[in-house]
Amino acid sequence: MNAKQSTLIGKLSLLVVAMFAFGYALVPLYDVFCDITGINGKTAAEPVSAEEAIVDTSREITIEFIARPNQQMPWIFKPEVRRMTVHPGEIHVMNYLAENPTIRSIVGQAVPSVSPGRAALFFHKIECFCFTQQYLAGGKDMLMPLQFYVDPALPAQYSTITLSYTLYDVTAQWQPDEHDNASEFGE
Amino acid sequence: MSTVTTADHHDEHHDHKPTGIKRWLFTTNHKDIGSMYLIFALVMFFIGGAMAMVIRLELFQPGLQFVDPQFFNQMTTVHGLIMVFGAVMPAFTGLANWMIPMMIGAPDMALPRMNNWSFWILPFAFLILLITLFMPGGGPDFGWTFYAPLSTTYSNDTTALFVFSVHIMGISSIMGAINVIVTIVNMRAPGMTWMKMPLFVWTWLITAFLLIMVMPVLAGVVTMVLTDKYFATSFFDAAGGGDPVLFQHIFWFFGHPEVYIMILPAFGIVSAIVPTFARKKLFGYASMVYATASIAILSFLVWAHHMFTTGMPVFATLFFMYTTMLIAVPTGVKVFNWVATMWRGAMTFEVPMMFALAFIVLFTIGGLSGVMLAITPADFQYHDTYFVVAHFHYVLVSGAVFSIVAAAYYWLPKWTGHMYDEKLGQLHFWCSLISVNLLFFPMHFVGLAGMPRRIPDYALQFADFNAFISVGGFLFGLSQLIFVWVIIKCARGGEKATAQVWEGAEGLEWEVPSPAPYHTFGTPPQIK
Ligand code: HEM
Ligand SMILES: [Cu+2]
Repeated sequence: MNAKQSTLIGKLSLLVVAMFAFGYALVPLYDVFCDITGINGKTAAEPVSAEEAIVDTSREITIEFIARPNQQMPWIFKPEVRRMTVHPGEIHVMNYLAENPTIRSIVGQAVPSVSPGRAALFFHKIECFCFTQQYLAGGKDMLMPLQFYVDPALPAQYSTITLSYTLYDVTAQWQPDEHDNASEFGE
Repeated sequence: MSTVTTADHHDEHHDHKPTGIKRWLFTTNHKDIGSMYLIFALVMFFIGGAMAMVIRLELFQPGLQFVDPQFFNQMTTVHGLIMVFGAVMPAFTGLANWMIPMMIGAPDMALPRMNNWSFWILPFAFLILLITLFMPGGGPDFGWTFYAPLSTTYSNDTTALFVFSVHIMGISSIMGAINVIVTIVNMRAPGMTWMKMPLFVWTWLITAFLLIMVMPVLAGVVTMVLTDKYFATSFFDAAGGGDPVLFQHIFWFFGHPEVYIMILPAFGIVSAIVPTFARKKLFGYASMVYATASIAILSFLVWAHHMFTTGMPVFATLFFMYTTMLIAVPTGVKVFNWVATMWRGAMTFEVPMMFALAFIVLFTIGGLSGVMLAITPADFQYHDTYFVVAHFHYVLVSGAVFSIVAAAYYWLPKWTGHMYDEKLGQLHFWCSLISVNLLFFPMHFVGLAGMPRRIPDYALQFADFNAFISVGGFLFGLSQLIFVWVIIKCARGGEKATAQVWEGAEGLEWEVPSPAPYHTFGTPPQIK
C-alpha cells in the first residue's frame, strides 16, 4: 500500500466520520432552522418578559385553543374557552383545566404548536404551564394558566391563530427540580 | 502506479489457492468475492421474494385469510429491507468486484483483505434480521423506513437487533465503497484516463461517493432510534422536546440518495450493453458522465418530496417539487442517449439486450410516475397509496433488478466460460416481462382509486385488481426459477465462449480469455 493510497483511505474515512457527525448535527440544525423561520409552528421554549407593547386596537385576531392528551395520557385536559378575540399587544390569560382521573400520580408535559406555522414567531408567552413539567396526584384537578400576547408586528395576512397543546405522560422521565410544581413527588 | 502493480503481482506468485470452504472464507480474490456477493444477493432475492409471495397471498382476496396483520407488517418490512440491502445493493457490489478491476486493467481490488471482511459480515447482518422473525414479539414491523414513533414508542423488543443488523449492513457498504473508490483512483492501468473509463466504472465511482456520504447518516438515525427506545433520549419524542418529523428529514436525507445508489450502477450496465448489441459507440459518453454526476448532486436536494403531507410550509414544498422535477432532466438525457445509440445500429436481441431494452422502457414509466408524485398537490392524493408502490417497483424491479439480470446474462460467459442457454434465457425474459407488468401496472389504478399501502386487508371494490396483481406476482416469482436454472446450466457447461463473447463488445474485460483466469492483468495492459 503506497502513500498516495493511504492518504486517500484516510480522507475517505474522515468523510465517513464527518457524515456520521453531520447526521447528529442535523438535530440542532433543524431546531435552529425552525426557530429562525418559525416554519414548524414551534413557539419559544422560554418565557418572554411582559414588555409594554403598544396595543393595536385597529386589528382583531381570533385565537383558537386546542388541547389534547396524547393516547397514553389518561388526564382530561381542556381550555376554559375554545376561542377568544384579542387585539395585538394586549396581554391575556387563558386557563387550562387538567384533571387526573386515575388513582396514581402522573407528571405531564404539554408541547405547544402554532398554526399557521409562521405565526409562531409572533405569539409570545409570558407565562405558560408548558415551560415546566406538571405534577398531578391521582383524583385531583388543577387550573394551568397561560399568559400571552400577540406581537403587533404580526403580518396582516394572519387573522386567526390556532394554538394547540398535546399533553404527554412523562412520569417515567420525571426529574424533580426546583422549577417543578411538585418537588415532593416521588415519596 | 507501477509500485502498486508489482506489490500485487507478488500475490500471484504464491498462488496456492486453498480448496473447499477455506478458499471462500479467506479469499481476497476479487472474482471469488464478486461471485460470493452475487450468489448471496440471489439467495436474498429469493428469501425476500418468498415474503412478497406471503404478502400477495394475503392480498389475493379481501379479508384476513392466511396471516395476522402484525405478521403481515413484518413481511412488508423485512421484504423491503432484504430487497434493498440484501439483494440489490450486494448484487451491484458483486458486479463491481468482478468487473471494475478487469475494466480498468487492475490485478485486483485495492484493499483485498477489507474486501473479504465487507462480504463476510453481511450474512451475519441478515441472519440477525431473519432470526428476529422467530423471536417472541416477532421482527421489525414498522416498514423499511422505520418511521418514529412506530420504531420507538410502538416497536417490539427485537428492535435493538434490527438496529444492530442495519449497522452491520452499513459498515459493509461503506467498506465496499471505500474499496471501489481507492481501486478506481489508484489502480487504473496506464493510459486509462478518466474519460476513457467505461460508464459502469464511472457510475460506480459516483455511487461509492453517495454511499460514503449517506450510509453514515443512516447509521446515525438508527442509533437515535435505538437510544430513544432504550436509553431515554428524545430525538424524536415530542414529550421530551424532540420531533418525530425530524426523523423523516434525517431518514430521507439518506433515503433519496439511497434510491440513486440502487439505480446509478444500473445506468452503467445499460450503457455497456446497449452499444454492444447496437454495434455502435455509446452516444454522448461525456454527457452521460455529467448527467450521472448531476443526478448524484441533485439527489441531496430532493429528500422532502417524501414528506409533502407532513404539513411543510408552501415555499418548502415548492422548492422540493422543483428540484425533484429537475432530476428528471439528466435522467432524460440518459434515456435519450441510449435511444440515440440504437438509432441506425445493427441491432441483435440476445437476452442481455432484451433486459436492457425492457429496462429503458419500464424504468421510464417509473420515472414518469415519479414526476407525477413530485407534483405536490397531486401527491396529497397519491401519497401512501399503491400508486407509490407501483412507482418504486417500476424503478426498482423492472429497473434495478432487470439491469442486474441483464448484467448477469451479459457477463455470465466471461465468468463461466460457457454461453448460457439462449432459448431458456429468452423464455425467462418473456415470462418476466409479462408477469412484471401484470404485477405492477394495475397497482397504479388501485392506488389512484385510493387503496392504501402496507395493509393486510382492503375495501371490496379493489378485489378483482388485487387478485390479478397476485397472479402476476406468483408468475413473476416462478419465472425467476428459470433464471436459476439458466445459471446452474451455464456454470456446468455449454457452448464454449470466446474471449470477446459478443461480436460488438469492446473493453478490457473482453480481452482476457473466457472464463476469466483467477488472476488477470498481473502486468497492466497498454491502453491505446
Ligand atoms: C425521475 C425520477 C424520480 C422521481 C421524480 C421520483 C419521485 C418520487 C416521489 C415524489 C416519491 C414519494 C411519493 C410519496 O411517498 O408520496 C417517491 C417514492 C419512492 N421512489 Fe422515486 N422518484 C424517481 C426515481 C426513483 C428511482 C430511480 C428510484 C429507485 C431506484 C426510486 C425509488 C423510490 C422509492 C423506493 C420510493 C418509496 C419510498 C417509500 O416510501 O417507501 N425513485 N419517488
Ligand atoms: Cu426520493
